[in-house]
Amino acid sequence: MKAVYFAWVRERVGKAEEELDPPDGVATIGELIEWLATRGERYAYAFEKASVIRAALDRSHVKHDARIAGAREVAFFPPMTGG
Amino acid sequence: MRTVRVQAEDFDAAAEARALTAERADIGALVSFVGLCRDEGGTLAALEIEHYAGMAEAEIARVVDEACERWPLIGVTAIHRFGTIAPGEPIVLVVTASAHRGEAFAAAEMLMDYLKTRAPFWKRARRIDGSTEGWVEPKSSDDRSATRWGMDSLSFRDT
Repeated sequence: MKAVYFAWVRERVGKAEEELDPPDGVATIGELIEWLATRGERYAYAFEKASVIRAALDRSHVKHDARIAGAREVAFFPPMTGG
Repeated sequence: MRTVRVQAEDFDAAAEARALTAERADIGALVSFVGLCRDEGGTLAALEIEHYAGMAEAEIARVVDEACERWPLIGVTAIHRFGTIAPGEPIVLVVTASAHRGEAFAAAEMLMDYLKTRAPFWKRARRIDGSTEGWVEPKSSDDRSATRWGMDSLSFRDT
């Protein structure tokens, strides 16, 4: 699946997007965040406070218990500050 | 008529409002809200607004659809800019049209409350001394404003 990152999540990870191939057993957004945090220092920093990270699957907001199976695009970002 | 645009360019709020009312006589109330970039006591050089292209339009459209389900609106226009915005420039426009003022006022306010907490935009401040600050922190008062409409500030997809 394609992952996209925004704002300080993007800056901390060091890239705007990438292809992810999470291992079996990573079934939800929350588990994906836990797995991402193990991928090195930059990821550990970006995802150190999982509770503040917002996520979207195929461009719709989802909670951390959402299942990722079948999604083409997952997005991670901080709380939004538009308007 | 529902119009949603996400763009870098400036917009003409008066022209957008005129477009909603053109050639109709059933609109009794038109509310236009423009959110502007403040100079924060003369310290702000510009705001840099990042957005999630594709989702930003889709999410604003979902919010507009919810407003249209809730109130008998005749027309809605929502425009949000991204990129570099100088103090005094407009950032966001919401125009609502209805037969009576109550719906138009309420819908415009709900749209703004939801846009602030749900539309995927992120602001960063650039100061006139050349420094760039971190990302603007969300205000908890914005979340409270969104939740007063009787729903979670984020409406999540069924999973």
